[in-house]
Amino acid sequence: MSDATGIRLIHDDYIALTRRKRLYSGILLAIFVALMTSGFMLADSRNAGGFWSGLHRVLDFPKTVVAEAVDKAAELPGHVVTYFPALVETLNIAAVSTLTGALGGMVLSMLATRGMARWPALIPVFRRIMDVMRAVPEIVIALVLIFVLGGGPVPAMIAIAFHTTGALGKLFSEVNENASLKPVEGLASVGANWTQQMVLGVVPQVAPNYLSYALLRFEINIRASAILGFVGAGGIGYELKNAMSWGQGKYDESAAIFLMLFTTIVVVDQTSSWFRDRLTHGRRVEMLA
Amino acid sequence: MTMTADPSALNGDLKRQASALFRTKRTWSFALPLIVLAYLTYAFFAFDVPGLIRTASPENGQTLLRDSYSYKTHVTRDNRSAEVSIAVEGERKGAYPEGASPDWVTLGEVTEIRLAGGGLVTFGPEEVSYDIPGYGLVTARPGDGGANATFPPGDLPEWINASKNRVAITTDEGRLTITRNRTELFRYTTGWELFFFTLDSPYHGKGPGELLSLALNGEAAGIWHDFWYNPMWMHASVAWALFETVLMAFLGTFGAAIVALPLAFLAAKNFAPLMLVRQAFRRLFDLFRGVDALIWTIVLARAFGPGPLTGALAILVTDTGSFGKMFSEALENVDGKQIEGLSSVGAKPVQRYRFGVIPQVTPVLLSQVLYFFESNTRSATVIGAITGGGIGLLLTQAMITQKDWEEVTYYIVLVVLMVFAMDWFSGWVRRRLIAGDGEGH
Repeated sequence: MSDATGIRLIHDDYIALTRRKRLYSGILLAIFVALMTSGFMLADSRNAGGFWSGLHRVLDFPKTVVAEAVDKAAELPGHVVTYFPALVETLNIAAVSTLTGALGGMVLSMLATRGMARWPALIPVFRRIMDVMRAVPEIVIALVLIFVLGGGPVPAMIAIAFHTTGALGKLFSEVNENASLKPVEGLASVGANWTQQMVLGVVPQVAPNYLSYALLRFEINIRASAILGFVGAGGIGYELKNAMSWGQGKYDESAAIFLMLFTTIVVVDQTSSWFRDRLTHGRRVEMLA
Repeated sequence: MTMTADPSALNGDLKRQASALFRTKRTWSFALPLIVLAYLTYAFFAFDVPGLIRTASPENGQTLLRDSYSYKTHVTRDNRSAEVSIAVEGERKGAYPEGASPDWVTLGEVTEIRLAGGGLVTFGPEEVSYDIPGYGLVTARPGDGGANATFPPGDLPEWINASKNRVAITTDEGRLTITRNRTELFRYTTGWELFFFTLDSPYHGKGPGELLSLALNGEAAGIWHDFWYNPMWMHASVAWALFETVLMAFLGTFGAAIVALPLAFLAAKNFAPLMLVRQAFRRLFDLFRGVDALIWTIVLARAFGPGPLTGALAILVTDTGSFGKMFSEALENVDGKQIEGLSSVGAKPVQRYRFGVIPQVTPVLLSQVLYFFESNTRSATVIGAITGGGIGLLLTQAMITQKDWEEVTYYIVLVVLMVFAMDWFSGWVRRRLIAGDGEGH
C-alpha cells in the first residue's frame, strides 16, 4: 500500500517536473519565435526593397550574369587569364596573413599558457591582448590603413594578420594546454633557454594541431581577403567591384571572376579538409614496419 | 620465419630506416623555415612594399591620430566685414551664437585668443598678431598687397610657411592662417567636442552634479533628449546602427540554424539511407558555402536593395551551408541506442527524432551556433559596409569624408565593445545551456 503511494508520489513529482520544464522550454521557444519574426519584420521595413517584392527577383541577377557569360563564352578564358594575377594576389594576401598570424599566434599562445609562459605573471595580459586582437573586425584596421598607406594588398594583409593572430592564438593556447610539459622540463634541466624549450619541447607535439587550425584559418582568410578587396584593398574583390560597376552588358567579366572565386574557395576547402583529416587522424600507414 | 633467421640483418635494416626517417625530418625542419622565408620575400616584392613605403603618407596618420583624441575650434575673422565667428570643427552645428565665446576668447574691438602654453593671438581692426612663446611676436596687416607680415629677425623656422599672400603658422597648440580676406585660427583642445550636448542646448557646459540635480527636478527627459539627439554625434542613430548590426547577425545565424537543421537530417548517413538524396544535399551545402558571403551579398542586394535584411539574408544563406555540413556531421555521431530504445517502446519517427536525437545533439549544435553568432557580429560589420546597413556603413562613410576622425574612433570603440559584449554573451549562454543543464533542452 505505502509502496504504491510512494511510487505515485514519485510519478506525480516527475510529471510536475516535466510539465514545468516543458513550460519553460515553451516560453523560451515562444520568445525566440517572437524575436525572430519581429526581427525579420523590422529588418524588412528598414530595407530599401521589401522581402516579398524582391523574392521573385532573386534569380534575375544571376540569370543575367549567366546568360551574358553563355553569350560570350568564348571570351571567358581570356577574362580568366586577365584576372588571374588578381586572384593570385588575393591568395597571397590570405597566405601571408595566415603565416604571420600563425607565427604571432604561436608566440602569444605560448606566452599565455600556464607552465610554458616566459613571464607567468603576464599570462592574463597576453590573454587580454589576444581577445582584443580577435575582437577588432578586419575592416576597421583595413580602412584605417588604406587611409594612411593607400590602397593595395598590404593594408588587407596587415588587417587579416592582426585578427588571425588573435584567433589562432586562442586556438593554439587550447592545444598547448593538452601538451605534455615533460619535454620542456627535461630541456630546462639541461639548460635550454626559453626559445629552445618551446621550439624543441613544445612545437613537435603541437605542430599537427597547429597546422590543422592554420589551414582552417587559411580558408577563412581567402574569403576575408576577397571581401576586403571589395572595400578597396586590392585583389580579386577589387576587380569584382570594378567589373560590377560597368553594369549590364559587361557582366561576362563579373561572371568570370565569380567563377574563379567560387572554384578557388571550393578547391582550397576540399584540399585543406583532406590535409586536416590526415593531420588529426594520422597517416593510415605505419611509419616503421 | 625470416625474422628469426638473422636478427642482426633486421637490426641493420631497422637502423637504416630509422636514420632515413631522421634525415628526412632534419631536412624538413631546415627546409620549412627556408621555404617560408623565401615565400615571404616573394610576397614582399609581389605586394610592392618598397613602393608602398614611398607613397605612404605619414601626415595622414598624424592627422588621424591627433584628431582621434583632440578637436579644433575655428576662430575666423572676415577681414572685409570684420566679423569674428567661432565654431567647433568649423561646422555650423558647432557654431557659437553671435556674441558668445569660449572662455579663452575675449571678443571686442580687439579679439584676444589665449592658447595653451602661453601663446596670445589678437585680431585687431587693422593688425593681427601672434605672440609665440620662445620665438617672438609675429604681426600682419592683411589688406591690399597680401598678408603683409613681419617676423622676428632671423631665418623663418620650418613651422612658418610664408608667402606674399598667405602666412601659415603651425604650432602644437594651434594653427594661424592669414590671407588678405580671412584670418583663421585653429585651436586644438584635448577631448571629443560637444560629445554630450551641443552649444545650443541649455545643458551645455554643466557639470554632472548640476545635471543630476536638474534631472531630479523633472528635466530628465529634456536632458536625455538633448543628449540622445545631439546633432553632432547623433547618438540615437549610432545606437540604432549598432542594433542593426547585431540584428543582422542574429537573424542570419539563427535563421540559418533553423533552415539547416531539417536539411542536415537529409544529408546525414544514418538518417538518409538514399545515397542520391544525401549527395544532393551535401553538394547543395557545398554550393552555399562555396559561393562566398561576398557574392551572396551582391546577388541579394540586387533583389532586395541595400539594408539590414539583405545583410541578414546573406549571412543566412552562407551559414546554412556551414551549419548543414556541421550539423549533419554531428548527427552522424549520435548514439543509436537511444533511438533504438524509443522505437522499442513504440515511438513514432517524429517522436524518435524529438526525444532520441535532438537532446543528444542540442548542446553540440547550440555551441556551434553561438560561436557563429559571435563571429557573425564581426562579419555583419563588413557586410553592412557593402550592402549599406548598420555600423559598417557609418564607419565607411565617416572614413570616406576623411574629416571627423574622432567619430571614426568613436565607432571603432563601439564596434570593439559590441564584439566584446557578444563574446561575453554567447559564452554566458553556452555555459548556462550546456554546462548548467545536462539534458540540453
